Amino acid sequence: MRALPVGDRALLVEVSSGEEAQALHAELLRRRAEGALSVREIVPAARTVLLDGLDDPARLADELTASDVPPAPPRARAAIEIPVHYDGPDLTEVAAHWGVTEREAARIHADTEFSVAFCGFAPGFGYLTGLPARYDVPRRSTPRTAVPAGSVALAGPYTGVYPRSSPGGWQLIGRTDTVLWDHARVPAALLSPGTRVRFVPVAPS
Amino acid sequence: MTDRALVVVRAGALTTVQDQGRPGHAHLGVPRSGALDAPAAALANRLVGNPTDAAVLETTVNGCAVRPRSTVTAAVTGAPCPVTVDGRPVAWGASIRVPAGALLDVGTAASGVRSYVAVSGGVAVEPILGSRSTDLLSGLGPAPLTDGMVLPVGTPTTHHARVDVAPQPAPPSELVLRVTLGPRDDWFTPEAQHTFTTSTYRVSPASNRIGLRTEGPTLARAVRGELPSEGMVLGAVQVPPDGRPVIFLADHPTTGGYPVIAVVHPQDLPATAQATPGTPIRFIEVRRR
Repeated sequence: MRALPVGDRALLVEVSSGEEAQALHAELLRRRAEGALSVREIVPAARTVLLDGLDDPARLADELTASDVPPAPPRARAAIEIPVHYDGPDLTEVAAHWGVTEREAARIHADTEFSVAFCGFAPGFGYLTGLPARYDVPRRSTPRTAVPAGSVALAGPYTGVYPRSSPGGWQLIGRTDTVLWDHARVPAALLSPGTRVRFVPVAPS
Repeated sequence: MTDRALVVVRAGALTTVQDQGRPGHAHLGVPRSGALDAPAAALANRLVGNPTDAAVLETTVNGCAVRPRSTVTAAVTGAPCPVTVDGRPVAWGASIRVPAGALLDVGTAASGVRSYVAVSGGVAVEPILGSRSTDLLSGLGPAPLTDGMVLPVGTPTTHHARVDVAPQPAPPSELVLRVTLGPRDDWFTPEAQHTFTTSTYRVSPASNRIGLRTEGPTLARAVRGELPSEGMVLGAVQVPPDGRPVIFLADHPTTGGYPVIAVVHPQDLPATAQATPGTPIRFIEVRRR
């Protein structure tokens, strides 16, 4: 683990894997809930957790690098289920990349339990991990100028669901009617870091 | 019933509603947003007797014009500009009275970029996640002003303005930005690190509320390959593949995949809101506290 100072008030804690980043994030949330950590933002990402708005980043850096991070505790809350029509325009290409049929590709995806590694790109957009590394897929060589809201998509090791229509280079394998972001709802974001997710296939009507 | 509202008569090039933004939601991908020149927005509020976090209008270059439906106290701060009420010149940077139905015109900036317009009671659009700010990256908050739009105005507090005129820093003729290096300065060659802190850059016309883009010498990377996405702070100096530093401002993305060579001192950021394209920039390395 390395703790890199960011300006005068923030710390970027770097670990060696996504799993370690999720465990560190869980541990930092636990410390904050106990009142042992005063910080404005805790932002997990692929291999790091950013802590912004700290009084004494250097002291926290010493503390963190001197201690072991316990593995992330199992989540007590049940997985969120997101119904999906597996009929995306890139499903054929993804299935070919995996060397399976489209139906099998949908089954592999729907049989996986995902968890939200981190959020970014847009409010409510989660980067979900869970698929084995052999199912990593490249981004599209030409991004789409408009990906419809509710598109279920893959890129690299991640699955994501577009909260609203936006440009995007991910491979679209399906779509959902589930609303990922609604600022009038509490909480506004359906997915936050650590949330477990299952995609449930919807039979074609 | 008192109809407390502003009718937008001339929206200007880009006028948005801004307060102190919505920090604390970065882990959900929500940018902080908020007034770029926060001290100017706070001053405008103080001049009209508002709490400093009340929502104001942030203009871009050519101001805006609004007609209040009831009499308000107003103040224009930030980029200096001509201000008129029904065509009669009134003071910039001071508390002014705008009668019901009169036209408050905030003119083109004489220098600087963004003027701030506060009215007593504050702009009272519906808050989203605790803030009324327009976020141009994610689309949260009210849309930028358009001609004919009607903006609700809140009820003034009973506080009287604590100041009626106040000194303000002049828009910068040169940006001298203190930076602390890192977290990814080691992704750049020693020559690039030297270039960064010794060269003069210029403000690019492609700058916006998301980032201040620069023109100048490119910074070569020592590390090839991709940086996995990581959290970003306000004032981060990110270097995209074209090698030209971008300073992240209020609407910056919460995570990013290009290395951050340094972070600008928070006290030096308000000036970046007022730097016109072509303004020279120098990055001065300071030691971490």
